[in-house]
Parts: sequence; structure tokens; C-alpha cells
Amino acid sequence: MAGKAKNGAGEPAGANQPFLYRHYDHKTLRDALRKMYLIRQFEEGAEESYMRGLIHGTMHLSIGQEASAVGICLGLSDDDQITSTHRGHGHSIAKGAEVSRMFAEFFGKTTGYCRGRGGSMHIADVSKGNLGANGIVGGGIPIAVGAALTAKKLKTGRVVVSFFGDGANNEGAFHEALNMAAIWKLPVVFVCENNGYGMSTSVARATAVANIADRAAAYAMPGVIVDGNSVADVAEAAHEAIERARRGDGPTLIECKTYRYRGHSKSDRNRYRTKEEIEEWMSERDPIEHFEEELVAFGIIDAAGIEAIREDVRREIAAGIAFAKESPMPEVANLEKYVYTEQA
Amino acid sequence: MDAMVETAVRELSYAQAIQEAMAIAMERDERVFLMGEDIGVYGGAFQVTGDLVERFGTERVMDTPISELGGAGVAVGAAVTGLRPIFEFQFSDFATLGMEQIVNQAAKMRYMLGGAVSVPVVMRFPAGSGTGAAAQHSQSLEAWLGHVPGLKVIQPATPHDAKGMLLAAVEDPDPVMIFEHKLLYKMKGPVPEGYYTVPIGKAEIRRAGSDLTIVATSIMVHKALEAAQTLAGEGIDAEVIDLRTVRPMDRRTVIESVRKTSRLMCVYEGVKTLGVGAEVSAMIAESEAFDYLDAPIVRLGGAETPIPYNPELEKATVPQVDGIVRAARELATGAR
Ligand SMILES: Cc1ncc(C[n+]2csc(CCOP(=O)(O)OP(=O)(O)O)c2C)c(N)n1
Ligand SMILES: [Mg+2]
Repeated sequence: MAGKAKNGAGEPAGANQPFLYRHYDHKTLRDALRKMYLIRQFEEGAEESYMRGLIHGTMHLSIGQEASAVGICLGLSDDDQITSTHRGHGHSIAKGAEVSRMFAEFFGKTTGYCRGRGGSMHIADVSKGNLGANGIVGGGIPIAVGAALTAKKLKTGRVVVSFFGDGANNEGAFHEALNMAAIWKLPVVFVCENNGYGMSTSVARATAVANIADRAAAYAMPGVIVDGNSVADVAEAAHEAIERARRGDGPTLIECKTYRYRGHSKSDRNRYRTKEEIEEWMSERDPIEHFEEELVAFGIIDAAGIEAIREDVRREIAAGIAFAKESPMPEVANLEKYVYTEQA
Repeated sequence: MDAMVETAVRELSYAQAIQEAMAIAMERDERVFLMGEDIGVYGGAFQVTGDLVERFGTERVMDTPISELGGAGVAVGAAVTGLRPIFEFQFSDFATLGMEQIVNQAAKMRYMLGGAVSVPVVMRFPAGSGTGAAAQHSQSLEAWLGHVPGLKVIQPATPHDAKGMLLAAVEDPDPVMIFEHKLLYKMKGPVPEGYYTVPIGKAEIRRAGSDLTIVATSIMVHKALEAAQTLAGEGIDAEVIDLRTVRPMDRRTVIESVRKTSRLMCVYEGVKTLGVGAEVSAMIAESEAFDYLDAPIVRLGGAETPIPYNPELEKATVPQVDGIVRAARELATGAR
């Protein structure tokens, strides 16, 4: 849960500073930075475990996209909900999941979030409002709308965020879901993480409009474009959209322009983009470096503070992997458990 | 194949064989083109189209947006109006998104229109488990499509058949759905050069035997053959039939085999209940071979669960060689 900035208490929020720094207290901001490290180091840990043959299958890493996951979830409470994607590790961590149980899932263990049944593409932490990653592009979007329908009917006050990629905006599910959210004024925020490509297919080759946010006009909702590598920009847009949803004014479509550093998955030869393009994003637009610089500039953290957080995150990641390795495998005898609800 | 022509035979992988078939089809007939997600510069999720885009260009190797329903429908529309599309679903699981066009349109259009049109579309579905990709990327849905009159559904098990059946599918005036097990893509086998077809609707006896008939599909053909070898060491002589086509099914070959062996076992990866083996079993039960049966029919199919991620659980969801050996031994020796 994000803490609000208090005037006084040594945390002056200058009127000319961006919303993020006016709205949240320093601890919350430092925690947000910590989450970004946690995501990046989690992805690196997962990648290394995969390379060393400790985990199988495939995985989609969100390195380079940490700002949108963290910036959006800053505005959500534990009670609010999200639906996520195949590239969902960052969303999961930003929404409060424990990396130990996420690693355990990758290792196929009973202590994993899906008890070893789901793996990377199905991580969910329902207790923290994460209704799940998804193996189907666009699959989570209507589900988010359904969750928002529940929130409205049961008057829970919850807001639901649906994360999806640029590729998903060409699925029918996207269009049908946005339309229903709009006609029923549901408390949902659609967050498109536009990293420029759906697998190898660029947005320019796959999508008729220049911006995914342009689609919002067809469903009579606000469409907002933000620098998806700036936590401050993302958080400001998220705050506005979440408030609007909570007021009962209906959905918003936010497009976060971002970039994925790694290949689409483990089978990517990276033949559809140039090394220069990748390097430019990595060296000039890294979301974590960008956020660090702002925090330092506003006097919220210093170099020693940054190193202390990094070290703490390294310890958490190492402990998470150790926990995953030590955890028990599921029993084959339980193969058919969870297909249906057990009834007395 | 023309016996007079000297045809070179090389070892190709199953994926290479499909790629060669698509290249030959495009060379022979300019109406043929490919559509699918990331089949161009990426080469396809399983590298089946590979570098074809470099040879044939983006007009004939068309990347689609991530739009399975629309994409399948566009292929149907193009097929009805004079083109010969080969549409790749990135994973067979995404057939679920294209079902409307496959089941309501492609399969029924000719019939509903009283024969006024044909729908010569080919759709390819990388299928099956074993890759650690979990519940939404590992399914075997061939029985779903096999249930629909108007569709032809095939499951080639070897590189040779993958090429020949794909070329037959392109020739075919009706919609043909090809299920390709992902674990077969790297398997190598002899493949003749040049053009040839393997008929749709014909099963193949992969191993002749006298003690029991094992009807298998796709990757299970190879597991059944491995099991048959073990069984042979114990003096049990299994006949292994590669069904190859789910619809229209080659009843004759199976019936004749069961009349000879008097014992039937079906092995398939799709979920056991209401699966391909259910149809084979019922077909035998309804046929003249029923009187020849010396034991109840045995089915080995996928477990009644989604495909789990954990590798041990995943293995346990589909028939494996030792399970086939055990079940076949019991069936052949009557120790039931
Ligand atoms: C319905 C469906 N079609 C295709 C795929 C295969 N696939 C998985 S991720 C992906 C690309 C998705 O692109 P985007 O939505 O931009 O997300 P990103 O991977 O860039 O995060 C594709 C084609 C899928 N999982 N589901
Ligand atoms: Mg993308």
C-alpha cells in the first residue's frame, strides 16, 4: 500500500515536482525503486536458472518494462485486482507477490503459487489481487472486465487493471471487452504495454492505427499515452484512471510506450530488430536508471542508499531460489487434483 | 510415386519436410501462399517456415497480426474465391480462438450452399505436450475437429508422411486440418526429393504382428513401435497401425487387423474420454471384427486433466512406452 506524502515531516513536496513526488512519501518511493530491482533481478535469476537447466519450458522476461508494472500498481491497494499476461513476472511482483513462491513455481514445486501446475505463464497470487498471468494473448482482458462487473454489482469499491501487450490489441477479445467496459461504465483500467513488437511483428506492421491508445476513441473512453519507462509518468496516468474508475465514471485505456530488452522467449533469434535499437533503449532509456536519477535529484535517496537496497534485493533473490530448490515436488498421485472443486 | 523416376531420398527432420512441402506447393501453384503469426522473418515459432520468406517474399509468406479468428476467416474467404492458403496456428491451442471460422464456416460452407463452392484451405496446428509449456500450449485437440463433418483431420507421424500428406492437403478441394506434434519436429527420417503425395484417409501398418493390434496416432506411433520391440523380446507380436487420418478414418485397415489379431489397443495423446481411441473402439465394436475379439478393447489416452507444468506430472498425463508395454502384455496374455 502506498503512503501519501505528508507535508512537513522532512518530506517537502515541491509544487513544481511531478505528481509522483508530490503525492507519495519518500519511503513509498524508495519501496517502488526496490520493487523495480526486485523485478529485474528476479528475471535475471530466472534466466540464469533456465540457462543452467534448472527449470524447463519457456519464459517471457520483462526486463526493461519494470516502470509500467510498478508505476501502475503504485495506485492500487491489495484489494484491487489485476489480470496479467505471458510476460507477467513484473506485474506479479509489483502487485506484491513473493519471489520465493514465484521461483518455486518455476521449479515446479508444491510451494509455488500454482503448486507446480502452472509455471511461468500462469503465475497468480489471488490473495494479493493478481488473478493471473495468461498463456493466451488477450485472454485476461475480458476476465478483468468480468472482475470489474463484480466490483460494480457487489459495490466492493475495487478497481481492476488489465495488463496486455501491443499484440493483444488485434484480438477480438480486446475490442469486445473494451466495448462492454464502456457501455456498462465498469471500474477497469486497460494498460497496454507497447514494447514495439508482438513477438517479431512490429506495431507498424500489425496495427492500423499509430498508437494503441487511438483505439480508445472507438469505445468512447479516454486514451492516454505515457512514457512507459518513466515511473512518474505512468503513476500519474494510473492515478487519474484509477480515480475515474473508482468514481464510477468508467474505463480508461493507458498506453505505456516501452521496450523489452530480451528476446520474445527462449526461441528468439532477434532477426526483426537491430542491435542498435536494443542498445539505444538499454543505454539511454533504462527505466530503473531513470528513476534512480530522479530520486537522487529530489534528495530521496543517495548512492549508499541505492547500494543498500540492491544488496538487500540480491539477498532476497538468493533466498528465493534456495527456497525453491529445497521445496518438495508434487506427487504424481495428485495429478487430477484441482481439475474440479473438491466437494464434501 | 512414379516407379520409373529415380528419386533421391535424404534424411530430413519433420519440420524440414513440412517446409519443403510448402516450398514445392508454392513453386507448383502460384495460388498457394502461407499465412500465420511470425512465420516470416521469425521463421515460425517452431522454425517450420524457416527462411521461406526470403525465397518467396512477404506477399506469399504473410505475417498476420495476432488475430486467429480473423486470420482463419481470411484464409477461408481466400480459399473460397480462388486461392490456396496454408494457415499456421502458432499453437494448436489457439484453434480455440479460430473455432468459429473453422467449424461454422470452413466446414459447412460447401454443404450449406448446396455444393456451389469448395473451401480448399489447409490449416496447420503444432500440437501436443512435452515442452513444459503447460495447460494452454500443450493440448491435443484433433478429436474436437474430427467431430465436424466437412473437415478432414490428419496427424502425420513421420517426415515422409508430413511432406506427402501436406502436399495431398493442398491438392484437396476441401478443408484439411493438420495436427503436427511439436516433439516430432526435430525427428529425422527418409524423405524423397520432389513432389509426391500420401493419401488422406489411409492408415499405414508400421509393424505387422499377430498377437494384438495397437492403433496409434502421431507421436504415439513411435512410442508404440518402441513398446512393440520390447514386447517382441517377450514373445508378444504386436501389429502397430499408424492411423494417420482421424477423419475420414480408414476403417478397413483397422478392422482387418483386428480380425487377424483378435485384440485391440488404442494409444493416443488427446484426452482419453471422447477421444480418437473412443471412435476407433466404437467402430470396431460395431464392425464384423467384434466377433473376433478375444478380450475387451483397451484405450490408453491422455489423463482427464489439463496439461500440468511440472515435468513429472506432465509426463504422467500422456501414455509412455512402459505403460504401453504393460497394458499390451496384459491384453496379449489375457492376465486381466
Ligand atoms: C491467442 C494467442 N495467439 C498467439 C500466441 C503466441 N504468442 C504469445 S506472446 C505473443 C506476442 C504477444 O505480443 P504482445 O501482446 O505485444 O506482448 P509482448 O510479448 O510484447 O509482451 C504471441 C504471438 C498466444 N499465446 N496466444
Ligand atoms: Mg509487445
